[in-house]
Amino acid sequence: MSAAVTAHESEAAATHEQRAFGFWLYLMGDAVIFALLFATYVIMVKNTAGGPGGKDLFDLRNAGIETALLLVSSTTFGLASLCSKTGNRGAVLAWLLVTFVLGAGFVFLELREFAGMIRIGAGPDRSGFLSAFFTLVGTHGLHVSVGLTWILILCGQVMLKGLSVPVTSRLFRLGLFWHFLDIAWVGIFSIVYLPGLL
Amino acid sequence: MEHPNSEHGLRSYLIGFVLAVVLTAIPFYVVITHALPPGRTLLVIGIAAVLQILVHLRFFLHLNFTSTPKENLLAIVFTAVLIFIMVGGSFWIMFDLHQRMAI
Repeated sequence: MSAAVTAHESEAAATHEQRAFGFWLYLMGDAVIFALLFATYVIMVKNTAGGPGGKDLFDLRNAGIETALLLVSSTTFGLASLCSKTGNRGAVLAWLLVTFVLGAGFVFLELREFAGMIRIGAGPDRSGFLSAFFTLVGTHGLHVSVGLTWILILCGQVMLKGLSVPVTSRLFRLGLFWHFLDIAWVGIFSIVYLPGLL
Repeated sequence: MEHPNSEHGLRSYLIGFVLAVVLTAIPFYVVITHALPPGRTLLVIGIAAVLQILVHLRFFLHLNFTSTPKENLLAIVFTAVLIFIMVGGSFWIMFDLHQRMAI
């Protein structure tokens, strides 16, 4: 009996992975976009046009909290997908909501940082460096915001439709997206914030 | 670890989380304390970032050479080649140009 259940589960997991191939290709395309934005940033980082540089603008504590929020949210999303395998609907919803709150905290901190920079005249129009910075970090923030919307939609689907195969399949792809965004953020704090504060 | 279910299980996420925390703490610590000269600090940041990305791929996205479909691995290798050519090429051209313009 348990062997049959296991076989059934691994079959479902296999179809999720197979069905996600198109989405996987999209993520690879997204990875290329981020890689090129990183390259642009590295090329532009010294072009401050007499304006403020990373040392004057970046706050390591803010970047550290953002990193922590995103990393913990990635882990809590993992817990949500684990609970979906055991069919625990309430736990899936709870972990998704925790993930949403952490992700929203991240977006809030980022928007506050952007607003603070623009207020002191260090907006994207100030220098090539700042254009590249806002494009790169803003693109990531936009992705996180889309992910947050997606989490809310899936919460609704889990509530209304339960953990049916199509819903868990979507949850699997949202997981890929969310973990991918955390990887992109590793690049951002390693290429933008930490070297900027050296 | 050989069992497919434990591979995707709680253990996997927790190991990934702990490794990611360590690999984040090291570069932040080095930057905050200025313990190393700038060149070495950049090296530490770079190595920690590459290791952390591998940790995320392995423990959060569950990429491995046995259960991940071949075409997914092929796609990620192809993407890595594309990124290497485009980013490497951009750096080559732009830094060469920079050097020639600035003499």
